[in-house]
Amino acid sequence: MPKLTIDGIEIEVEPGTSILQACEQLGIEIPRFCYHERLSVPANCRMCLVEMERAPKPVASCAMPCGDGMVVRTNSETVLKARKGVMEFLLINHPLDCPICDQGGECDLQDQAMAYGFDRGRYGENKRAVEDKYMGPVIKTIMTRCIHCTRCIRFINEVAGVPDVGAVYRGEHMEITTFVEKAIGSELSGNLADVCPVGALTHKPYAFTARPWELRKTETVDVLDAVGSNIRVDARGPEVMRVLPRVNDDINEEWLSDKSRYSYDGLKRQRLDRPYIRQNGKLVPASWTEAFTAIAARLKGLSGNRIAAISGDLVDVEAQFALKELLSRLGSTSLDCRQDGARFDTSVRAGYLFNSGIAGIEKADVILLVGTNPRWEGTLVNARIRKRYLAGGVTIASIGEQRDLTYPYSVIGSGPETLQQLVDGSHAFSETLRAAKNPMVIVGMGAFQRPDGLAVQAAARLVGEVYGMFRDDWSGFNVLHTAAARVGGIEAGFVPGEGGRDIHGILDGASKGEIDFVYLLGADEIDTAKLGNAFVVYQGHHGDAGAHRADVILPGAAYTEKNAVYVNTEGRPQLARLAVFPPGEAREDWKIVRALSEVLGTTLPFDTHGQLRQRLMAANPIFGAVGEMTPASWAPFGAQGPMDTAPFVTPITNFYMTDPISRASVTMANCTEALVGPAQERTGTHG
Amino acid sequence: MSAPASDHGHAEPTSFTFSQENLELAKRIIAKYPAGKQASACMPLLDVAQRQNGGWLPRVAMDAVADLLGMPRIRVYEVATFYTMYNKNKVGRHHIQVCTTTPCWLRGSDDIVHTCKKKLGIEVGETTADGQFTLGEVECSGACVNAPVVQIGDDYYEDVAPEHMERILDALARGETPKPGSQTGRQSSEPVGGPTTLKAFTTAQADATTAQADD
Repeated sequence: MPKLTIDGIEIEVEPGTSILQACEQLGIEIPRFCYHERLSVPANCRMCLVEMERAPKPVASCAMPCGDGMVVRTNSETVLKARKGVMEFLLINHPLDCPICDQGGECDLQDQAMAYGFDRGRYGENKRAVEDKYMGPVIKTIMTRCIHCTRCIRFINEVAGVPDVGAVYRGEHMEITTFVEKAIGSELSGNLADVCPVGALTHKPYAFTARPWELRKTETVDVLDAVGSNIRVDARGPEVMRVLPRVNDDINEEWLSDKSRYSYDGLKRQRLDRPYIRQNGKLVPASWTEAFTAIAARLKGLSGNRIAAISGDLVDVEAQFALKELLSRLGSTSLDCRQDGARFDTSVRAGYLFNSGIAGIEKADVILLVGTNPRWEGTLVNARIRKRYLAGGVTIASIGEQRDLTYPYSVIGSGPETLQQLVDGSHAFSETLRAAKNPMVIVGMGAFQRPDGLAVQAAARLVGEVYGMFRDDWSGFNVLHTAAARVGGIEAGFVPGEGGRDIHGILDGASKGEIDFVYLLGADEIDTAKLGNAFVVYQGHHGDAGAHRADVILPGAAYTEKNAVYVNTEGRPQLARLAVFPPGEAREDWKIVRALSEVLGTTLPFDTHGQLRQRLMAANPIFGAVGEMTPASWAPFGAQGPMDTAPFVTPITNFYMTDPISRASVTMANCTEALVGPAQERTGTHG
Repeated sequence: MSAPASDHGHAEPTSFTFSQENLELAKRIIAKYPAGKQASACMPLLDVAQRQNGGWLPRVAMDAVADLLGMPRIRVYEVATFYTMYNKNKVGRHHIQVCTTTPCWLRGSDDIVHTCKKKLGIEVGETTADGQFTLGEVECSGACVNAPVVQIGDDYYEDVAPEHMERILDALARGETPKPGSQTGRQSSEPVGGPTTLKAFTTAQADATTAQADD
């Protein structure tokens, strides 16, 4: 372990640590533009120069590994002068348009120019101007501002795995560009604006809308997929202005998918801001009392087996738990949080969780994807698999469709028969799995959203058992969910109880007239035609499919408007926090259920959020460990049985529109038009 | 991007395929590199494509190289736009590249450029209306000892004086290939006016040595 002296302080570091990293360990700030801790090191901006004894000139600290006995100075005259020189060169061609630049106030160049900039320009020649490039519907470019740090090129090549961005020409004429004015075909393109240290790449939907210092920042979690990315919601007054990723090395590192980042304009459209009651076939505005009275009137005298509830993709744990409590008081056990119709065993936690954790992907040496397109179902899970691929020494295979997943993999089969062959060892891939130290299987909803889902789950479990994926030191059996509400719903017990119907049973019963009352808790992805003549209550925040069919609408809060728990696909409970208040008369969802219970004469035993949380923790202790993964113990799950030969099909046909929020978003509509539409025409899979 | 070749007035071809002969050549070039490292063949292949396409590289040709090597297209554009010897714009049949870097400039390259402009009626960077000549200024051609230097196609014309330049252009216009090398008849880079040292070695002997070396 090399020992060196930085600014007179001795430090011992891991071999391979760069001087810049060593400085960071000591809390010494080194200015930089091109260096990014999650990208490769090109050392081309020269801003991180430091002085090193016995070196003839200042060295770039980001690319210089620590050596034994080095003596480094980061604050000497020479260093200051060198950095000032670099800064002056960078500013030669950088426009002085900070007042109209969206990066203003959070710009690395602006900040560092305060420390190292000269107070006047000495450059009398013309500045260069660069044509702006088209980079798709979410990235705005002002290329004259570019300082050629190449972070965007490295991000898109390394993390996103979509080699669409490069630097053409040379020297002063160098330009960053996509190849020939093409939208970047990556679900992670929004991160380009994050890594850009200047205002060359900015967020198109955020352009000219706000300044960073006038925003109220709330740290919360994302719910538009089941990954549970950590985000920061920036709001001004009652409006969400933007969504940014927050660092969480276990989940999203510091990236965010475009859907999670840019769907926020959907929070301002199609909102349910007051209760409605259907009268003579038309929804008319009503008061809360009227809405509750209408529900109570319909429920009066209804026996429990004629009542059912379905919860949707964006619902928090508290609301599902409260509704479950209410339903059991009404005598109903017909409730299901799997509105997508997936069939899987919810009795054993290991059977429906991403047991290894998303970070665990980095330890796997063979990854088998089953009926999943992780690029669309869990973009950051896919990014993690790509990270694993880049580290080398991993074999990736898939049972399902052939898709571009940004890393090479082989399709070893299309349906359940391949799983069966893996179980009995007759498939060629069995050898690879057997030789693996840490084999991993990732099962997607495409494998469960079929009549033989339970049998597929059992077959996947057997694959896990045969190849040692359930060990004390390694759990390689993973389920990748598509909805943020799903695991939370299961953990809160929002699944069919004793004698209760599941989602298929509820819809069947409703269409046959066996169920008279259906409570949709934000459930929009169901076939509402199957609800038949049932009385439908829709509680949610968007006027989507469910509200369209409803007889009573109760306006709820979106994920940015409530303090609530969400559980991601790993089984990790995380807190969403209130960033803005729900619009109009809309209320937090658990409060609505609680208020309704009072009208129904069966008041739920909690008056505050704290009491509800207490009950939740008592019902399931995992909710007490916020931010932690509670390891799932292993027991057999699924139901062995005959399996269909039909191939696995991914459930998501359009990444950018999967839920009421993203469907209401203009940005997501633009992305669909620019990226999904053309791609489907190319492959001929549309229509 | 502004495509590597977007700033010219002529139409971009819409397709490019390597000729059978060049495809064979390309495969031989690729075979020089270890498996998985075929991207190393990018530059020679771009050269092959440029020669096949009459001295310039349209975007479709870069795409063809990228596809042949399994490289992302943008990586090939980066290479092609970085090097000035890949012409992103259409050039005439004779691409006249006058070196104007300091040694050539000191030895009168300005006069050469001027002669070309006058004779051909075009400015630097332009192509004559008949598509025969393109005039270009280049940075150091690496033959400073014989400055000024003009590169036409693959040939170097050295020790060029304005009157030589006129003669060369006339000959090219007639469809002839003027003799490349020193226009003053100087042997490689020997001193003008004969040897100044080691005079015991006569010019004849030196010639014989050179001839042997050439064999």
